[in-house]
Amino acid sequence: MSVRIPVPAERRGGLARDTWVIARRGLLHIRRQPEALADVTLQPVMFVLLFAYVFGGAIQVEGGDYQEFLMGGIFAQTIVFGAFGVAIGLAYDRSNGAIDRFRSLPLSQGSVLGGHAVASLLRGLLPIVLMSLCGLIVGWRITTSVYEAAGGYLLMIAFSFAIVWVGVLLGSLLPTPEAVQGVAFTVLFPITFIASTFVPADTLPEPLQTVANWNPVSAVSEALRVLFGNPTSESDAWPMEHPIVYSVIWIIAIVAICAPLAIRAYRRTIAR
Amino acid sequence: MPPIQTALAIEASGLVKRYGEKVALDGVSFEVPRGTVCGLLGPNGAGKTTAVRILTTLAEADAGSARVAGLDVHASAKAVRRLLGLAAQEATVDGLLTGRENLIMIGELHHLGRRTSVARADELLDQFALTDAAGRLAKTYSGGMRRRLDLAATLVARPEVLFLDEPTTGLDPRARNELWAVLDTLVGEGTTILLTTQYLEEADRLADDIVVIDHGRVIARGDAAGLKRQVGGSQLFATVADAARLPEAAGILARVSGSAPEIDEAARSVHAGGDEGPRAVARLGEALADAGIEVEDLGLRRPTLDDVFLTLTGAPADAGADAPQAAEVGG
Ligand SMILES: Nc1ncnc2c1ncn2[C@@H]1O[C@H](COP(=O)(O)OP(=O)(O)OP(=O)(O)O)[C@@H](O)[C@H]1O
Ligand SMILES: [Mg+2]
Repeated sequence: MSVRIPVPAERRGGLARDTWVIARRGLLHIRRQPEALADVTLQPVMFVLLFAYVFGGAIQVEGGDYQEFLMGGIFAQTIVFGAFGVAIGLAYDRSNGAIDRFRSLPLSQGSVLGGHAVASLLRGLLPIVLMSLCGLIVGWRITTSVYEAAGGYLLMIAFSFAIVWVGVLLGSLLPTPEAVQGVAFTVLFPITFIASTFVPADTLPEPLQTVANWNPVSAVSEALRVLFGNPTSESDAWPMEHPIVYSVIWIIAIVAICAPLAIRAYRRTIAR
Repeated sequence: MPPIQTALAIEASGLVKRYGEKVALDGVSFEVPRGTVCGLLGPNGAGKTTAVRILTTLAEADAGSARVAGLDVHASAKAVRRLLGLAAQEATVDGLLTGRENLIMIGELHHLGRRTSVARADELLDQFALTDAAGRLAKTYSGGMRRRLDLAATLVARPEVLFLDEPTTGLDPRARNELWAVLDTLVGEGTTILLTTQYLEEADRLADDIVVIDHGRVIARGDAAGLKRQVGGSQLFATVADAARLPEAAGILARVSGSAPEIDEAARSVHAGGDEGPRAVARLGEALADAGIEVEDLGLRRPTLDDVFLTLTGAPADAGADAPQAAEVGG
């Protein structure tokens, strides 16, 4: 055996350091999985380009270009899809024993979930930056003050944070990455479409209009349009008249409900 | 790390674990003295992994209690985790990290600091002959390499109590011998080891004490020699070419071994207990040749886990593995 390196007495670990080690691992995972990397780079860019050029000519919105209307919706949808990433990451860790390995280490409580959350928040920033750049190319402009624009980006980060907990909940309740994918397509996908994400809500059939008007995805899309000074969907339903307040209420509600449920579900699934 | 203060590194008392209707552990108690190796021996579904998961804080017992290094695994889970190393039954290395990154990450999660973690990782990679593959993603490793990396990860923080769940499953004979040698070194350094296995031979080679469990209950315990004595030592056997001559061969075997032989028609073989060793094999071979019986195989068969179970439970190890009440406890 080679030289013995003495192992020092345990240093103060701290939640922050453990969380960061797990988060860094999560980021490496994304970099090393071509399909995960494509999800956060190519896919959002494709969406912007496709919607801008395919629907751009056909859909009329009041007060501006479709490209400008589109961006708020596409930001919101991409953030919602971020839930897949967290959920699949957790389900994957659970099915291959990584969670057990972590739990046999003297980690600070909460650092495994925290690491997943931080990694997915950071991962969520990349598509937002890419889409912003791509938006500028297809003709999207921010016409409001710096403060309002910053408010828009802040809202996106807050919404991403809330969505992380939805992802943790899904990842804890569903046993395998495949199951996560299934639920994602049957639940999350429709939620992002029955909304004023890509078309103003008043173009939808009557019952769907109500759903769309009260849908948090619509609210965030609309709030971003307001904050960036883009054309809005001009609906007179209460949530659409007050999209920022309504979005914030949803964000708080999602965190307040999903976070405790998610932590409980996660604890229950790992402590078998 | 404070050294273990108690004489017992592991104490399990009355552990019960249920999964719905299924009773995985039905009151398991045993102790492992500090600095010794304990082999937890049992067939599929016996409850070995369940016991290891409770002792390593991964699962909670429904009843009973357990201490590792004198610390209650439930009340002092974090302190226990600082002292233990666990190599789970399925290797849990991270396929999307390189071998080196895997080990460094474990070191950092043990709060060793970046530099010590890196140095320790390189030391272990060298010790487990993984230096050449250190920069490759672990998902490209062979099964044996992954096992070695997993074990290396377990040793990063120099655990005082090591839990190895079927450590040699999936290793080729050479890798298995290497692993055994590593464990010998660790024992020499004072590490306490609990390992699970399905092979008496492995428990025999490594363990000071063996705890045999079946259907969630301890059915026997002791050292390898004691268990073998219970089983009745080695078996002298002969396989003949012509099944018609089995009775005749059995008669010869009875004379040579001095004990009552059994006939296995399907295998065309006869066998009998007896502790006379290799010389009895030579005499049996000669006697059969003198009688003109053509022999295909001949020898001494060491007791296997099956024999232990047959003796202890009156049923083969795998029969009724899913019926917890089937075993009549004899030991
Ligand atoms: N999470 C679980 N849910 C339901 N049943 C379980 C669970 N884990 C274990 N069991 C059951 O408990 C019993 C003991 O399982 P355990 O994994 O401890 O056996 P083992 O001795 O490790 O077997 P093997 O040699 O196959 O690894 C089995 O009958 C198994 O089906
Ligand atoms: Mg097992």
